[in-house]
Amino acid sequence: MVKLNRRLFLGTSAAALGTLAAPAVMAAAHGKPRVIVIGGGAGGATAARYIAKDSDGAIDVTLVEPSRTYFSCFFSNLYLGGFKEMDDLGHTYGTLAAAYGINVIHDWAVDVDPDGKTVSLAGGATLPYDKLILSPGIDFIDGAVEGWGVEAQNKMPHAYKAGSQTELLKAQVMAMPQGGTFAMVAPPNPYRCPPGPYERVSMIAHVLKAHNPTAKILIADPKEKFSKQGLFQEGWNTHYAGMVDWVGGDFGGGNVSVDPEAMTMTIDGEKTKVDVCNVIPAMKAGRIAEMAGVTDGNWAPVNAVDLSSKANADIHVLGDSAEQGDMPKSGFSANSQAKVCANAVRGALTGSTVFPARFSNTCWSLIAENDGVKVGATYEATPEKIATLEGFISQTGEDSATRKATYEESEGWYSGIVADMFG
Amino acid sequence: MKRDRLISVLTVAVAMFAATAQAEPDPQAGETVFRACKACHQIGEGAKNRVGPHLNDLNGRTAGTLDGFRYSKAMQDAGAQGLVWTDETLDAFLADPKSYVPKTKMGYRGLKDPQDRVNLIAYLARFSPDAVIHPSNAGYDLDPAILAIKGDVEYGEYLSGDCKTCHQADGSVQGMPSITGWPEEDFIVAMHAYKNKSRTHPVMQMMAGRLTNEEIAALAAYFGGLQ
Repeated sequence: MVKLNRRLFLGTSAAALGTLAAPAVMAAAHGKPRVIVIGGGAGGATAARYIAKDSDGAIDVTLVEPSRTYFSCFFSNLYLGGFKEMDDLGHTYGTLAAAYGINVIHDWAVDVDPDGKTVSLAGGATLPYDKLILSPGIDFIDGAVEGWGVEAQNKMPHAYKAGSQTELLKAQVMAMPQGGTFAMVAPPNPYRCPPGPYERVSMIAHVLKAHNPTAKILIADPKEKFSKQGLFQEGWNTHYAGMVDWVGGDFGGGNVSVDPEAMTMTIDGEKTKVDVCNVIPAMKAGRIAEMAGVTDGNWAPVNAVDLSSKANADIHVLGDSAEQGDMPKSGFSANSQAKVCANAVRGALTGSTVFPARFSNTCWSLIAENDGVKVGATYEATPEKIATLEGFISQTGEDSATRKATYEESEGWYSGIVADMFG
Repeated sequence: MKRDRLISVLTVAVAMFAATAQAEPDPQAGETVFRACKACHQIGEGAKNRVGPHLNDLNGRTAGTLDGFRYSKAMQDAGAQGLVWTDETLDAFLADPKSYVPKTKMGYRGLKDPQDRVNLIAYLARFSPDAVIHPSNAGYDLDPAILAIKGDVEYGEYLSGDCKTCHQADGSVQGMPSITGWPEEDFIVAMHAYKNKSRTHPVMQMMAGRLTNEEIAALAAYFGGLQ
């Protein structure tokens, strides 16, 4: 546990009371190096916590995150499947502020001035930084799915940022007429959580099998193959035979449009009336990355060794927004990258030892009750990118005890990563 | 299939079933079963507490009471509520440890085959009072030079970032084994067992597979110092 320095603790309390105005003054008064982290998810919360914990008060850490409660996207499919409550996915930032002295500001970062090295908040404050860490997650590409826009997200939810959207999708599934159709528009690569859409299909199928066994699931997918495909398709045949119809890119799955008013989905010219339509559009880096000038196309290219932006050495980009090489966009990856970045940032600001970068990832997915599968790999930093070292994947035909153990392990991982993010 | 062959097949099957159901405890076979336990438990002369408590004089011992071993709260509570290790309680515990003593630190999934349990319990019984047999510390046959490496705690703390995505830094269990406060030698042996794939967990094989001898020692030193 981090040693609490009384002055740091009092300073943090004062900042919490006068949230917007205080931080800049505080940082100057302390004369300490300042790190601002934008985005309090798996990348940002972990980076903030590790920098604060390991620098023992030598670095001022500010975390800017608009949500007071973070709902993890990972495991949100299990909420859809009825295996988790929404409350199980909610986490708050109190420990990061109270036990680690992090200045947590619940506001939107609306601009970055990379030359003046400041961040502007929607509330009006301007915060100076020595190092800026961006971990804003994803935004959707406008016009990626014909007929769909965020104004239609109540009729056709994306549910790809967890919280109210996830609850909406669940409510819509539960209200489907008997024998109705659940449709999904799956996203093109690269996107957050590669197995996510297919775990979601599994969880929706699990719910429908119990409540609406004659319902159908129709997936329009621009991709010709997808993550853990063999495992998912085996599971769909075993548990949900005849329910799931996946139309891949080689059968026109990418040629899709939706009509939120008429509740139709058209795949390659063939229109289908649907009852629920989960549109997961193509993705890009969270918008603040673009405003900071570190994106090139949809994503922010970074150096593998410390996740620093290729456009600006004092800005680091973690997680989904980063274009780093071989790692999938996952909470586990973001958490892993955050620790490498925290070590490098701390070294740059305080001269602490910088150890070689090393990364890992494992993604667990649930196909049916106690039928868990996983895929994972270790990674290293090369001059070009984060590159895969070694990996593994669950096998088709595994016995039920193995699958149950895999699911139980995923629950252990959830507890672990949440503790690693929020203390 | 000819009728007489069918009958003979059935007869053999019935005989085999009967033999299985009525088999006598076989401590020799139990010694083989015990191999899986050796990673954490010592037994026999000179046995010490390692990741798990030593198992000498286990029969009749109240659960969670051996001096010098840091038990989970769950195991201490079970003992306080009267759990004493006997053939019967061991059989129930070994079948499904996490059901019998929820939140036990023992990271073992359970021994499903009843005959394996009977054999194992018979083997363990040899080490209850008056039975002194040779120490059993096989599995600790790593090159002494590897065990002698002095781990760099600061490097270990950095490397531990890889572990803490799943394992709790405060040593609590929460669905993943506790890895804090282990004797360093046991930690090193366990990690090398994953690295050389004699322990089977795929995530751990992958995580250990990239670690050098020095890195394993560093992690052992770091986690060994966490309580």
